[in-house]
Amino acid sequence: MRDISFGQYYPVKSFIHSLDARIKILVTFLFMLSVFFIVSYTMFFFMYLAVTVVIAVSHVPFKIVLKTIKGILFLLLFTAIINIFFTSSGNVLVPIHIGRIDMSITDQGINFAIKMAMRFTLLVIGSSILTFTTTPTELTDALEVLLKPLNYIKIPVHDLAIIMSIALRFIPGLVEETDKIMMAQKARGADIDSTNIFKKIKAMLPVLIPLFVSAFRRADELADALDARCYNASSKRTKMKVFKCKASDIIAFVAVVLFIVVIFLDKYLVGSLITPPDLGGLEVQGLDIFLYNLFTLAV
Amino acid sequence: MSIVIKNLSFTYSRNTPYEKKALDNINLEINEGDFLGIIGHTGSGKSTFIQHINGLIKPQEGEIEIFDIKLTPAKRPRVDLKALRSQVGMVFQYPEYQLFADTVEKDVAFGPKNLGLPADEIKERVKQAIEMVGLDYEAVKDRAPFELSGGQKRRVAIAGIIAMRPKMLILDEPTAGLDPYGKEQILNLIVHLKKHCSPTIVVISHDIDEITRFATRIVVFNDSKIVYDEPMRELFKHSHMLNQMGLDIPRAVKIANALRYKGIDVSDDIVTAEDLLKEVVRLYNKKHNTEKKADGVSFDLYDFSQKWAAAEDEKPTPENAPAPDADNITPTDKQSE
Repeated sequence: MRDISFGQYYPVKSFIHSLDARIKILVTFLFMLSVFFIVSYTMFFFMYLAVTVVIAVSHVPFKIVLKTIKGILFLLLFTAIINIFFTSSGNVLVPIHIGRIDMSITDQGINFAIKMAMRFTLLVIGSSILTFTTTPTELTDALEVLLKPLNYIKIPVHDLAIIMSIALRFIPGLVEETDKIMMAQKARGADIDSTNIFKKIKAMLPVLIPLFVSAFRRADELADALDARCYNASSKRTKMKVFKCKASDIIAFVAVVLFIVVIFLDKYLVGSLITPPDLGGLEVQGLDIFLYNLFTLAV
Repeated sequence: MSIVIKNLSFTYSRNTPYEKKALDNINLEINEGDFLGIIGHTGSGKSTFIQHINGLIKPQEGEIEIFDIKLTPAKRPRVDLKALRSQVGMVFQYPEYQLFADTVEKDVAFGPKNLGLPADEIKERVKQAIEMVGLDYEAVKDRAPFELSGGQKRRVAIAGIIAMRPKMLILDEPTAGLDPYGKEQILNLIVHLKKHCSPTIVVISHDIDEITRFATRIVVFNDSKIVYDEPMRELFKHSHMLNQMGLDIPRAVKIANALRYKGIDVSDDIVTAEDLLKEVVRLYNKKHNTEKKADGVSFDLYDFSQKWAAAEDEKPTPENAPAPDADNITPTDKQSE
């Protein structure tokens, strides 16, 4: 349990770590949107290249970043399989018919599946870079600043931010507590390490009850401590760390925006300049058309 | 030899930036019948160490042999951890936080049940364990553990461990967070358990005065290593080093040191409050040519002090009363000599 990692902060010094958290959140948000506009393998290649460079600059080991993909592996495979079997456009490669349902594998289906998997992976890696390089406190503070406009439509942004930061702050404590209680019950012979799933579930009860009791106790104590210091969420307060945009933040931001512009150009402009080849349902988009033409010319 | 630990090392979160060495080449033998105290300040590795003895942490390097069960870093052969845990009982810090069942009886029965014992045997063990920790079985068995007092909860939790009848009992900070009366009771309970339940006992404590009351041997952890492993009476020859590690020495040793500093020649062999009292009485006899006795078969300072307080209460006027016993001689009298 101690080794648990959920896109946790990775404490090293790097250019990415030192960037303004607000910029990082904005950039990540833009990045995630732009991922859905990538249509050509050429752009995927450049995007992966860019992400690789960012990871290298962030000094977070690739092994640790790749671990986050392990968690969505099932989802990746599932969507890929759905795409392969249920895309009916394109040229049929392997005809499969179950009753009346057409589950033939087409080249367009495989094309879709690969692109979808690449998008998913990018989304997960992109968001994990954010959490690996930004402390939870910075994240909540930055979110609070970014969401401030919502105050005008009577959404208590500060309260939400406090709730979020308290929740985040509690996670390591609860993990440690779980660890201790598990050990204590194991010492009494509980089957927590059992490979039998039913035994394991049954053995969790003696862990969960004390855990809840202690979580409530901690929450009570925290509430008392906040009260004792006259904490009042609605009063105006200043921040200990004020966000400041440095030149490097602006450069990073502009670089990402330029990259996104290229993605848009790839999707909307290249296709209208060069006529895409007719491959009977298999779509070739963006700069891939250019590459395809080059390839056919060469052959 | 009941427990042999060889070259044991352990690092938390290995190969990450959170890496932290907790044990560094630990070698220790714990013999049957040992009353072992472990001291060392927070983060010195003592908790990690005792978790190894219970098989809660798999050794990363080195090996542990516990009553013929061998724990090594190797994956095979698989070790029967349940058998190990039934032989080594482990009472964690604040054990009352692990209570979960709706009645005391069910909670204490959790351990024996996991051992797969027959129902009547479980019932008998539970009854015996609850009585062993000094609670009234009939009165508490159907009560919810959460409605008991702090000290009672802790005793229920300890009962849950000794119901498994371990040959060896490990207690991590057994008196932490209790009031003085609760502490006294838990300490007496530990001595009682040593006699009647588990012949080998290991206690971790921050309170050195507590440890010296019963431990016969003390192991000192510092910076993930064992720095001292000595009979209790020998350890405080290293008082100076212990102080440098930020560890406390018993109050009696401090007082004896203070007396020596004042030029009063007290014996070298003072560790506990009883030792100090005996020595003070000896010096008093020497000076006043009296024959007051301070030693006996069971010499218990706390017992004496209670007797004295009781005698004091019965007296009509305290002013003209003669000194009843050796107990009212205090180190302050000594210093005025």
